[in-house]
Amino acid sequence: MSKTSYAVGEHPDLEPPASTIGVIGWLRENLFSNWWNSLLTLFGFYLIYLYLPPLVEWMFVKAVWSSPDRVPCDAEGAGACWAFIDNRFTQFMYGFYPKELYWRPNTAGLLLIALMIPLFIKSFRWKWQLGAFILLVYPFIAFVLIHGGYLGFELVETNKWGGLMLTLILSAVGIVASLPIGIVLALGRRSTMPIVKSVCVVYIEFWRGVPLITVLFMSSVMLPLFFPEGTDFDKLARAMIGIIMFQSAYMAEVVRGGLQAIPKGQYEAAASLGLTYWKSMGLIILPQALKLVIPGIVNTFIALFKDTTLVLIIGLFDLLAIIQQANSDPEWLGFDTEGYVFAGLIFWIFCFSMSRYSIALEQKLHTGHKR
Amino acid sequence: MSEPDSGLKPSKPAFWNDPKVRALFFQVLLIVALGYFLMTIVDNTLENMRSRGITTGFAFLDEPAGFGILQSLIPYTEANTYGRTFVVGLLNTLLVSGLGIVLATIVGFIMGVARLSHNWLIAKLAALYIETFRNVPLLLQIFFWYFAVLGALPSVRQSLDLGLGIRFNNRGLYLPEPIPENGFSIVLWMVLIGFVVSRFVKRWARKRQDATGQPFPVFLTTLGLTFGLPLIAFLILGSPLHWEFPELKGFNFKGGMTIIPELLALLLALTIYTGTFIAETVRAGINSVSHGQTEAALALGLTRVQTLRLVIIPQAMRVIIPPLTSQYLNLTKNSSLATAVGYPDLVAVFMGTTLNQTGQAVEITAMTMAVYLTISLTISFFMNWYNKHVALIER
Repeated sequence: MSKTSYAVGEHPDLEPPASTIGVIGWLRENLFSNWWNSLLTLFGFYLIYLYLPPLVEWMFVKAVWSSPDRVPCDAEGAGACWAFIDNRFTQFMYGFYPKELYWRPNTAGLLLIALMIPLFIKSFRWKWQLGAFILLVYPFIAFVLIHGGYLGFELVETNKWGGLMLTLILSAVGIVASLPIGIVLALGRRSTMPIVKSVCVVYIEFWRGVPLITVLFMSSVMLPLFFPEGTDFDKLARAMIGIIMFQSAYMAEVVRGGLQAIPKGQYEAAASLGLTYWKSMGLIILPQALKLVIPGIVNTFIALFKDTTLVLIIGLFDLLAIIQQANSDPEWLGFDTEGYVFAGLIFWIFCFSMSRYSIALEQKLHTGHKR
Repeated sequence: MSEPDSGLKPSKPAFWNDPKVRALFFQVLLIVALGYFLMTIVDNTLENMRSRGITTGFAFLDEPAGFGILQSLIPYTEANTYGRTFVVGLLNTLLVSGLGIVLATIVGFIMGVARLSHNWLIAKLAALYIETFRNVPLLLQIFFWYFAVLGALPSVRQSLDLGLGIRFNNRGLYLPEPIPENGFSIVLWMVLIGFVVSRFVKRWARKRQDATGQPFPVFLTTLGLTFGLPLIAFLILGSPLHWEFPELKGFNFKGGMTIIPELLALLLALTIYTGTFIAETVRAGINSVSHGQTEAALALGLTRVQTLRLVIIPQAMRVIIPPLTSQYLNLTKNSSLATAVGYPDLVAVFMGTTLNQTGQAVEITAMTMAVYLTISLTISFFMNWYNKHVALIER
């Protein structure tokens, strides 16, 4: 040190203490701030040490990635048998759909993605029209493509549908069909007409009060009884009706949340402009309310997407059911874990990305009504 | 009318534009349409059932069931009636939901707090847990635990010994069972007495604190009374309790308590899955209490623990409880997935086996749905009551 005394205000700035900056500072603040935190940190590291290396070794290092049979998987010290998934992959995706017709569901899927892309482009002008097209016209195109039987497409019975394709179809149909019913129910629940209101309340609370499994059981066992003799429903249609009834009640509550969030002034302003009920709802209230509840709708979609796995109980072959069936294949016995991990990963990717999207949307939409 | 008639009348809308008339019309229309719809359904159902030779009514409940049930909380044999299977299933559903709610609450609160921890590693681990298990279907998780984990456990003869007489194998978890002896009921009464007395102590302590400002260690007293008193009674009476240990006899363990793998898998999955949602609820609740509250409490000289107990938790609970209720409801309804692994809950026993045997689809579906509706409405009623109770503390 060359200088030991300074005039007032002349002292040069000192470096911050080494223990508060850089890696050490971060560690001290975030991992070892006191004895309790240090203990927790050590515990956390111990957990990671205990589980991470064996997991990585099982999943990647020692895994068998592809093989026509199970021989390498049975070798001593072999890890995960991804060959099992590899061999069954197309079945997991399409169920028992005829191989040479895979292009049809593929086209339907790609078409949907192509149609959806403009919806995410900010400057695209015909979003409403395109959305309406997707909701109203696209389902028919998809039906003709996947089901066939029209326009010279070969018929593929619904009992051959399966795998991820069926999971996606069930959840997409469930959400698209339950949205309009849900809107009507939500409006009905907020109606001033006592009978309309109570009918809607009873409907909503009934379906929300019972588990989806009982609904599916009901639709598969009781629905045929409700219709005149000879009316034949296929299993998939019955499951869909059950899911739509169930889901529309949840959708109604989501939409109701949006309707309640619209300030009363909007209702009054619409009425004072002389708009009729349907006009004020359609032009003023619903466009604002639905915008608010898009994240909520995405969340219901996530819940429905996970819930579609229950259809395996009534004998449909969705992704989980197909994997469950493959697990019991005598040629590939004992690879349950791989199957479940694979199914879990697919569900996780879908649900996690949708939930992130929903959170991002919530933040983006959280503008007009923030006070 | 005393005013001269000017000949002008307030314009009155045509009757078809009168809101009251319209409301009446639409409601009558709705009732007629609904009535017609229901009547058609009932008509068709009766017709269909007649042609299939199914009798209506609840007489089948008195017929002998003739099938065994894996786990029953009340005495049950194959000779019992279908009515009894209903009760057995219902109790099993209540058992798994009750246990699940307690466990999921514990896991959820720990993980919710852990995710907010200042410890970076702990917060990330909690987030990893939440984001992983929340986004995977519950049914898949049940299958995973049942087939992949519990199914891979060793057989009875190679049981894992977890210490304290606990054995674990692919037939289930075998625990020592406490067998109360004479006088054990006194210990249980002491718990109740201790609890009641501590309530009075709490009231007295509050009064004294209001009057003199002197605090009293209520929490420790409560703890001492509710646990200490029975413990003393227990020791004075000479430990009127012994443990029955499971022992390997022949091909299986005899004695002790058994938790069947179906129940274990279901509980694990329900706890872990619902725990993630409760954790998120707890996190949102704690985050909703503004930081100013903490600062104000600390500025008043409250300790960290007091701040948490007196300021943060009461306010956070108000936000947490309504969504927590719906998580409890979800768990109860999700417990019906038991049927997928064969745990004998209401749906599996009654809507599954009984329905298959009797074919009484309408009655059985109605009874099962009525049970779930009752449970749902009761829980939400109770929680609303509690919510109000908590909300009253507000200014």
